[in-house]
Amino acid sequence: MLEARFASRLGLFSLDVELQVPDRTVMVLVGESGSGKSTVLRLLAGLLAPERGRLVVDGKTWFDSERGAALPANARAVGHVAQDHALFPHLSVSQNVAFGLEAQGVPRSEVKRRAASALERLGVSALAARRPHQLSGGQQQRVAIARAIVLEPSLLLLDEPLSALDAQSRRVIRSELKRLLATLFCTTLYVTHNPAEALAMGERITVIEAGRVTQTGARDDLMRHPRSAYVAEFLGVNLFRGSLVGTPAARADEGGAVRNASTPPGPSRIALPEGELVLAAPGSDGETSAIVNPREITLTLERPASTARNVFAGVIEELAPEPPSGERVRISVACVPPLIAEVTRQAVDELRLAPGTRVFASFKASGVVLPG
Amino acid sequence: MNRLGWRFVTGGAAIVLTAFLVLPLLALFLRVSPAVLLSRLGEPVVLDALRLSLLTSAAATLVVVALGLPMAYLLATRDFPGKRVIEVLVDLPMVLPPTVAGFSLLMAFGRTGLAGHSLEAFGVSLPFTTAGVVVAQVFMAVPFFVGPARAGLAGVDRRLVDAAATLRASEAFTFFRVMLPLATPAIMAGIAMSGARALGEFGATITFAGNLPGTTQTMPLAVYLALQSDLDAAVVMSVLLLAMAFGLLLGLRSAPVGWFWRRDARGTIR
Repeated sequence: MLEARFASRLGLFSLDVELQVPDRTVMVLVGESGSGKSTVLRLLAGLLAPERGRLVVDGKTWFDSERGAALPANARAVGHVAQDHALFPHLSVSQNVAFGLEAQGVPRSEVKRRAASALERLGVSALAARRPHQLSGGQQQRVAIARAIVLEPSLLLLDEPLSALDAQSRRVIRSELKRLLATLFCTTLYVTHNPAEALAMGERITVIEAGRVTQTGARDDLMRHPRSAYVAEFLGVNLFRGSLVGTPAARADEGGAVRNASTPPGPSRIALPEGELVLAAPGSDGETSAIVNPREITLTLERPASTARNVFAGVIEELAPEPPSGERVRISVACVPPLIAEVTRQAVDELRLAPGTRVFASFKASGVVLPG
Repeated sequence: MNRLGWRFVTGGAAIVLTAFLVLPLLALFLRVSPAVLLSRLGEPVVLDALRLSLLTSAAATLVVVALGLPMAYLLATRDFPGKRVIEVLVDLPMVLPPTVAGFSLLMAFGRTGLAGHSLEAFGVSLPFTTAGVVVAQVFMAVPFFVGPARAGLAGVDRRLVDAAATLRASEAFTFFRVMLPLATPAIMAGIAMSGARALGEFGATITFAGNLPGTTQTMPLAVYLALQSDLDAAVVMSVLLLAMAFGLLLGLRSAPVGWFWRRDARGTIR
């Protein structure tokens, strides 16, 4: 069990986070660059000290500003895999992995045995005699992980471990890493800014925005109840906030940016700051949020004549393959509110969608989901 | 300025400067024939001075490294009150007139000097002894080692030092296994510079340790003395000093790259 609370002010940036991670679980820490997630890892590793805070790992106090307790980094049972791997360039792969054991004065024969088994576990035994500069990014990655886990840490910190890899090796290593983490007897914090990685790696996700934890919980919870636009966007869903009104009778078609193709009585609506959403599911009046999966959104060049209740007009801002080199494309559309649609590559080609193309984004009332 | 003009200016200046540096050396070599050079090398005056110079400058370099390396480490890794002052103190001998350095050493370690008085009580006397020569050389050579060594240690990637810490290495273990190997080229350059400086030290030595043949008369001092009596001997020793300094700088500046951890480096190392 890891319990952490850090508060620090670094110039204009202030950090105030609280984390709780149960034993032997993988907690994924997500946030934009500059949100403070790498800083949190450095605080956990002891490479930085917060102004105020407390850190207890497996019942042992690693840091407590009130009691003046602070274990230095080299006294913490922590494994830290940095973004750039930070392998020692003057040491061979096996010397790199043996480094921590030798630093602790482990007997030579045991060092050899444990280092060899860690290398084997990561599938890099054949590279034992090489130097880091002779390795590919993926191989360096594996060596860095072997070097960290050979010390059997109670806390493993992985800082964007796959970001330096190309898309192909990323997918391979991701699934291997997931299997490996499941066999380790440690709590893992996994930092990433890649949504696919976040969803694949951890059953629990903590979102950090501007130095604050904005949401933490099980992956499925976050998908269903994203608490901020960032979380929703990160997880690949569109989030709307507004007030739910059950009776549409008084509201005629008012035009504007948002237009409902037809407005028969019955369905409820959500009044957004600008425009409104029509949804099929009934709900109770009041402030609420609603989610629309990007795959529910259809893009057309002409105003759709379909039965879709919600139509937004806007200009395409960006197209991004999802997954990278995959069959689908995520398209952000600048309308009010901004939307993300996910369509097939085929559709993109047929409609010749490109940044700047004027499109109509439409989705059915049944595509709008009220969380909870 | 056009490209050709710029090339002309930079290249021209470099040629003038090179000529200015080479000419005196050339003049020295042309002054005596190789036969004379070889025959005079075996003379007792030359051999005594050579032996003494090698002994004292080697000892001085050892002392400089032993005391300078910890200082370089602290300056490279820590912030502490008075750091600026220490930095200036370390650099000072580089710009101090050597005679002033020798004179202040005399004031400190002379028989009636500040510390010399106490040393005398233990039967230790530095001025006009071979140990005094070493003291003068150490004083003058320190900045030439601490500067490069500090830069080398400070240049070791901070992320590697952090990695060592998370691998539970103590500060000392990290120093010996990460920082020192990675800073080796810079440290070797520092050793070469300070060794060459000790070898060529004249002003502080003659002021603090005197000019006693066999005891404190190092090569530079012997050259100075021979200038007044035996010009050929002066030339022979000058050539010898020159060759040693040149070899020391060239050898230790180019060798480390291949000697140490970069043995198998093909490209640049991060």
